[in-house]
Amino acid sequence: MSMPALELKQVSRQFGTQQVLREIDLQVFPEETLVLIGESGCGKSVTTKLLAGMLEPTTGTVFWQGRDVASLSAEEKLRQRLKIGYLFQSAALFDSMNVYENIAFGLHQNTDLKESTIREIVQDQIRAVGLTVDVGRKKPSELSGGMRKRVGLARALALAPEIIIYDEPTTGLDPVMSDVVNELIITTRERRPVISIIVTHDMHTVQKVADRVVMLFPLAGLEPGQPQVIFEGTPEQAFSSREERVYSFVHGDATRRLQKLALA
Amino acid sequence: MSTGKLHRTPIHWLGELVIQPVEFVGDFVLFSWLTFKWVFSCWPRSSVIWPALYQVGVLSLPVVVVTGAFIGMVLAVQSYDQLRVMHLESQLGAVVNLTLVKELGPVLAATMLAGRVGSAIAAEIGTMRVTEQVDALEALGADPIQYLVVPRFLGCVLLIPLLTVVADAIGIYASWLFSTAVLGVNSYYYWNYTYQFVTLFDVSSGVFKSVFFGAAIALVACHRGFNARAGAEGVGTAATQTFVYSFVFILFLDFLSGVLLSQISQWLYG
Ligand SMILES: Nc1ncnc2c1ncn2[C@@H]1O[C@H](COP(=O)(O)OP(=O)(O)O)[C@@H](O)[C@H]1O
Ligand SMILES: [Mg+2]
Repeated sequence: MSMPALELKQVSRQFGTQQVLREIDLQVFPEETLVLIGESGCGKSVTTKLLAGMLEPTTGTVFWQGRDVASLSAEEKLRQRLKIGYLFQSAALFDSMNVYENIAFGLHQNTDLKESTIREIVQDQIRAVGLTVDVGRKKPSELSGGMRKRVGLARALALAPEIIIYDEPTTGLDPVMSDVVNELIITTRERRPVISIIVTHDMHTVQKVADRVVMLFPLAGLEPGQPQVIFEGTPEQAFSSREERVYSFVHGDATRRLQKLALA
Repeated sequence: MSTGKLHRTPIHWLGELVIQPVEFVGDFVLFSWLTFKWVFSCWPRSSVIWPALYQVGVLSLPVVVVTGAFIGMVLAVQSYDQLRVMHLESQLGAVVNLTLVKELGPVLAATMLAGRVGSAIAAEIGTMRVTEQVDALEALGADPIQYLVVPRFLGCVLLIPLLTVVADAIGIYASWLFSTAVLGVNSYYYWNYTYQFVTLFDVSSGVFKSVFFGAAIALVACHRGFNARAGAEGVGTAATQTFVYSFVFILFLDFLSGVLLSQISQWLYG
């Protein structure tokens, strides 16, 4: 198999006294679409931020193209980071800027392109996510949840990244808008070869776009020494898995959890 | 069932008690160091700096004017009573204005600004932190310290001394007005004693201190904002902590510079 584009090796992460990730191993390969699932708070966002170099591991190593991220120089790290586009769970649009400035931000910050060129790129991106150019003048506070997600996506795509991380792109959207976002993920992938890493609770997304599924389990529910990655395989394997924790998550079956609560 | 949290014993408590302050101070020093590195190497575009200057400078002017006026008048009232007992009320100008430019002007202006500017900065950056906007800056190739901290730091360091001068001037004027119009102090003596006792060194030492007060407010506010915890409560806490921490920091710096400046003035004037 080819060299992984991104890799976590024995990565643990702690915030204060709270340990969130324990000795995670994860590889992301060129041109694949990896879906990360797991219940809320199990550390999916932390995992993607570690992959994107926005957080540092407490112990363990993050590799980009086989190179230890901690050993990269500041400029090298910046150059590599710009190859990763990140759609944040909350969209994370800059409140102080309008939509146009939000999408143009990375271009203004990192390129010397003429404003007219930037305007063209931004307008292309706005149309590519299914919005009209006149939303460019609106402030993030004037947008609906679905529009914010799409603007966030346009912003993440403006620098033409090779790797795109989507953190819960469909959470909080109505079913139709969810499907619009799923289609956007697919068309983005079809337009050029990219790596997609998607965090989601949406089994539609898993079915529709995933090449490979990885499931994380909250550390609080594990004994010392038990692995935190409880499933890794194709979507079909995920849907047919008999492993209790995977089965109940994938099929939205709360029987076991309710039994546990009744016992407690 | 084991939990993600580490099991805690009294030894853990004791360890935390020692480690946490050390970690906190270390983190703050590192944060300040990174800020200085950016301040002396590379400023962000001017379109990022101007709003910060506006926020710190222009929007604080009303607060500073009101504060300055009241400090001046309060000082006049208090000192007048005491001086009258000794029949020295004609020297009121010297006493009031010396205290004003050396101590109360800079310290109280800085305190007001820690409340207004500091809390606003902490809340703004804190909100950006908890809504992932700080992460987004980083993901899009902007250094959050350069982009968010440097403009606010420059705003505070450049404009808080200026605002202190404004507070001083308003305070002097207000105390003169009150002393002559209400307390009946002779205007000629008021100014005459002021010129005699308030030196340029006194005025500039007050302004000099306020440069450090400004730096302290900016660094504390940005640092609290960056470390805000999730939720509206986290942002509120960051704003409150900013005021408390920077007030203590201001008093500490005031003490330190008081000692230092009195040494210098002894050396200069004997
Ligand atoms: N910057 C942070 N500081 C402190 N705790 C954090 C931070 N980021 C995440 N956490 C904690 O880590 C845990 C996992 O968070 P997250 O990765 O966001 O979960 P999710 O799987 O829902 O995305 C949560 O308990 C959260 O409180
Ligand atoms: Mg998350």
